[in-house]
Amino acid sequence: MNSFPFLTTLTLIPLIGGVIVACLNPERKQFARRLAIVFSLAALAFAVALWFSFKADGGLQFVERAAWIPSLGIEYFLAADGLSLLMVLLAAIIIPFAMLSSAKIDKNPKLYFSLFLFLEAGLFGTFTALNFFHWFLFWELSLIPAFFLIKVWGGKERTRAAYQFFIYTMVGSVAMLLSFLAIHAATGTWDFIALAEIAGKGELKSALFAKLGGTFFESEQTLAMFIFVGVFLGFAVKVPLIPFHTWLPAAYAEAPTGTSMVLTGAMSKMGVYGFIRILLPIFPEQMREVLTPLLILAVATIVFSAFAALAQKDLKRMAAYSSINHLGYCLLGIFAAAQITGVGTDSATEKSAALSGVMLQMFNHGLTASALFCFIGLIEQRSGGLRGIDDFGGLRKVAPAFCGLLGITLFASLGLPGLNGFIGEFLIFKGTFPLVPWAAAISTVGLLVTAVLLLTILQRVFTGPLRKEWSGWTDLTSRERLTIAPVIALMFILGIFPQIVIGVINPTVLNLIKQLSL
Amino acid sequence: MWTSWTHSKADMSFNPQYLFLIPLLPLVAAGVSALIGRHQRKLAATLAIGSMALAFLISCAAFAASLNAPAQGEVFRQVFNFNWFQLGEGSLRLGFILDPLTAVMLVMVTFVGLLIFIYSAGYMAHDENFKQFFCFLSLFAAAMLGLLISNSLLLLFICWELVGLASYLLIGFWFQKPSAAAAAKKAFITTRIGDIGLFLGMLWLYGKTGTLLFYDGGNGCLESSALTQLVAQTAFAGMALSTVIALLIFCGAVGKSGQVPLHVWLPDAMEGPTPVSALIHAATMVAAGVFLMARVYPLVTAQAGDLSLPTTAAQVITFVGAITAVFAALIAVGQNDLKRILAYSTVSQLGFMMIGLGVGGVAVAMFHLITHAFFKALLFLGAGSVIHGCHEEQDIRKMGGLRKFMPVTFATYAIGMLALCGVPFFAGFWSKDEILHAAHAWPGSHIPFYLAIIGAFLTAFYMTRQVCYVFFGMHRGDKHHAPHESPRTMTVPLTILAVFAVILGFLGTPAWPWFSGWLTGHPVEFNFGKLLAGGALGMMVLSALIACGGIGLGWWVYAKAAAKPSIELDPLEKLSPVVFGWLRGRLFIDELYAATVIRLTTLLAVTSDWLDRVLWGGMVQLVGGCTNLFSRLNLTIDNTVVNGGFDQGCEGLRESAGWLSRLRNGQLQNYLRTIGAALFVLLLFLIWGRQ
Repeated sequence: MNSFPFLTTLTLIPLIGGVIVACLNPERKQFARRLAIVFSLAALAFAVALWFSFKADGGLQFVERAAWIPSLGIEYFLAADGLSLLMVLLAAIIIPFAMLSSAKIDKNPKLYFSLFLFLEAGLFGTFTALNFFHWFLFWELSLIPAFFLIKVWGGKERTRAAYQFFIYTMVGSVAMLLSFLAIHAATGTWDFIALAEIAGKGELKSALFAKLGGTFFESEQTLAMFIFVGVFLGFAVKVPLIPFHTWLPAAYAEAPTGTSMVLTGAMSKMGVYGFIRILLPIFPEQMREVLTPLLILAVATIVFSAFAALAQKDLKRMAAYSSINHLGYCLLGIFAAAQITGVGTDSATEKSAALSGVMLQMFNHGLTASALFCFIGLIEQRSGGLRGIDDFGGLRKVAPAFCGLLGITLFASLGLPGLNGFIGEFLIFKGTFPLVPWAAAISTVGLLVTAVLLLTILQRVFTGPLRKEWSGWTDLTSRERLTIAPVIALMFILGIFPQIVIGVINPTVLNLIKQLSL
Repeated sequence: MWTSWTHSKADMSFNPQYLFLIPLLPLVAAGVSALIGRHQRKLAATLAIGSMALAFLISCAAFAASLNAPAQGEVFRQVFNFNWFQLGEGSLRLGFILDPLTAVMLVMVTFVGLLIFIYSAGYMAHDENFKQFFCFLSLFAAAMLGLLISNSLLLLFICWELVGLASYLLIGFWFQKPSAAAAAKKAFITTRIGDIGLFLGMLWLYGKTGTLLFYDGGNGCLESSALTQLVAQTAFAGMALSTVIALLIFCGAVGKSGQVPLHVWLPDAMEGPTPVSALIHAATMVAAGVFLMARVYPLVTAQAGDLSLPTTAAQVITFVGAITAVFAALIAVGQNDLKRILAYSTVSQLGFMMIGLGVGGVAVAMFHLITHAFFKALLFLGAGSVIHGCHEEQDIRKMGGLRKFMPVTFATYAIGMLALCGVPFFAGFWSKDEILHAAHAWPGSHIPFYLAIIGAFLTAFYMTRQVCYVFFGMHRGDKHHAPHESPRTMTVPLTILAVFAVILGFLGTPAWPWFSGWLTGHPVEFNFGKLLAGGALGMMVLSALIACGGIGLGWWVYAKAAAKPSIELDPLEKLSPVVFGWLRGRLFIDELYAATVIRLTTLLAVTSDWLDRVLWGGMVQLVGGCTNLFSRLNLTIDNTVVNGGFDQGCEGLRESAGWLSRLRNGQLQNYLRTIGAALFVLLLFLIWGRQ
């Protein structure tokens, strides 16, 4: 459709930037940081331009398609729909935000910032590629910079956390790769859209069975389920879904502030994105077969992580568990949307509510959670490394602006109406409740416990008498305020005018629903 | 797209499209004062008071418009609905409504709010966060007014949560006091427990009717076609769906309006500055629960079968209200903190409103809500004046004899107290009388009626106790700092409220029940004969007797005690230390919750954390260990037993297992070498594959 390769250009901006920054003179630390920020802002400007030139008519846009390795069915296939674009925009916002919050990086900053840019390229690629091979390359590419960012610049337990993160994700990825090798063997295509069509016609199972059935797999169902589980594992680890989540608290807690922000703000969305882009269209039948266990896992993720967060003493770990909790709502919405409840327009309304809610929640959680980690980073910076919930008290007296802006972030995170978090959660519940009342009802416990958690943070850290050792605490500097202000402003804007996002994703949602009801 | 406005009616003197200006004004004031510097105190106060005054004027215009009933038996109602955002094929719509229920609340909230804002300018004059206080007050006013004009349960819920936020911010306003910070959190969480019920009720209603608009030209969720559909379905335990949804929504009202068992936050909320207690935790926000139930009243009363009996929802509301009315009144008898007594009194009076709602309908409950708002705001502001005059003392045992020091405060407080006790011709008399009357005639049960009578008697008793301790007898406080009367910014609002605490009642006497006529769309004529007709007169005499009995007994018990120079033991404590200990200990509900709900939460949190570290973490370790073991075993077998000639699958297994085991010795170089090798092989494979 478009002759100009917009999406390739988008991915190339941070990639080239990363290479340039990596080649800089190591002495010029500030310059490396500034240059990296300039590249990420250029990518952001480009992403915003794409956002505004996007026509929300339901079709794929900015399509780039060329043969790559024809004999293996590998194509260079990039395109964007509402969901891709939303995620690209999120990544483009989070990366400069995280870079600006990484002012205090002293150890080899040029490498640090070039890794960030590579990570950004990986994210852009993942969110725009529609051919498995191509997509998987970027999926893995984003993993490597993240690993080094934790491993080199992390906290005390960084090595362990980095390995755990890597191995976990790698195991998931290997499982997914094997499943896709099988799928390719059976269908001869890597193309997500073609695969969804095949699956929609009900031919995927038989094709798989014809190729791979036999001694191990006696029925089509078992074989298809086996393949599904492989792909599922890859995404479930990434999101993460309990019980595949134990890497996360350690990784988030040990990573340097900026990396935690990207991990939670953008990378955790890769998993959810995979669920919507790949699992839901290609394996709806298999998801339905094991829907109850899946819903139980989602509900358990929501409730357990909320309670586990309450038991933590470290602010970063609290935020990490709370992040699991928030992504749990996304999975709840996705699984609910996979269900068939009769045919008719009614359940289509519920499903579109659930899926719109999921996409909004992805974007909103990205903003809120990364802002939360940014604040915790600032606290850590001022306290000389302390970030226990009991280490502070009464800070609101000396840092009213700090408290006010963090308060807004916390309330956005607990889903206060008027701020961004509410709409996504409301729509997820609105869609889920009529489809699976029990799951929605139990999940509301998560809403309550999260509120307890976030208000406890405000109470312990900011209220009460000011502790003597923190009487010299500095409020947010104007540079810090400028860094955070745009994100806070977005929280308000999206909370009041969600149509800005919904207008772009709605056609994508309707397309998905159409596919699901085939 | 989302700006496609839809009009409902064109012929109107007040276009409901402009209703949004009423909450918008204080919202703008809040926004501006959030951004200005903390020393611009005058600007903040001027903005807040000015915006509230304007909002009051617009509310009056809306009120005037709502006085024209379209026809006999029809309620004035105008709506304005608009799209908020797209949702699948359709869209999510919100709306504003103007009907008598909204109009009367708008006028009450803006008027009482305006007086309290003015009073606050005096009361908070020396606070360092003066500017912030007015910012939060304006935010509250905006959310509360938004709640009133909502024609959509979703918009109402949004504003409902925002008033909760404002309440949280204002209770915890003196954040350096740990008790205030804890009370703020408690209020937010406790009301949120109720809100979960409201949330689920809302989801259910939305799912079944497809809309959350209350009125939408016949398609709203409170209109007959939706109600018929809801009544026809049975949810569980034989209850109609409409009843279950009404009860879930009532959960929200229980939280917000401090009904048993979620009443525990309201007395603690007195940690906030006194104007906040008057505005939010007496007059307006806590009444939002009653307003909500009044708004969704068609859902409460919808039923299919025998129309003469009350629905389950109405019964539950009545009984919860009745229990709360007595329960809180009992606790109030044992309290010594001036504001806490009033807080329990508020809980109890909210219980009365719920009884009124259940037995008599919207008009009965709303009448008591409005009169209560005035006399309770008066009492709280009076209490603020007392606390101010007594140098921040709140213990009524350390006051006494203040009528000589603070004559204006005394006179106005006495009027408020008489109105609350239900002494004839004061506003509370008429509104409470209507509740008792309706409870007596209720076909459901007579128990609520008797509970209400006990509650009314206790109300008169504890208020007399308080007034005796505070204003009569001799001064028991610090001899060197004599109490003083408060400045005019505080006494003028008191006087105005006192006037209303008397005259408001005449809008709803049995002779001229204008209020209920207006709310239900039945214009009424003045008929003096009705005042003396059978049931009405008897009930008035009974309720007067109860009030006078309570006051008389209170005076008999406490007049002597108040005259003593110090109070060691309460007269009731001498009578029965155990019973009084329970009352003073607030029947130990907080302790019960601490031992059950809070402990359970902690336990669940610790368990989840343990599961995480031990069970899931352990499983991962186990899997890792097994892989390691398996790979070694496999390696050994391969080396010794299977010497060549093994099939492909086995090789794959060995490779992956060996790869995993190597990974586990934590050598990055090995890992990277593997990746490099794999990539190389892959590339070769691909190039080879092309040919």
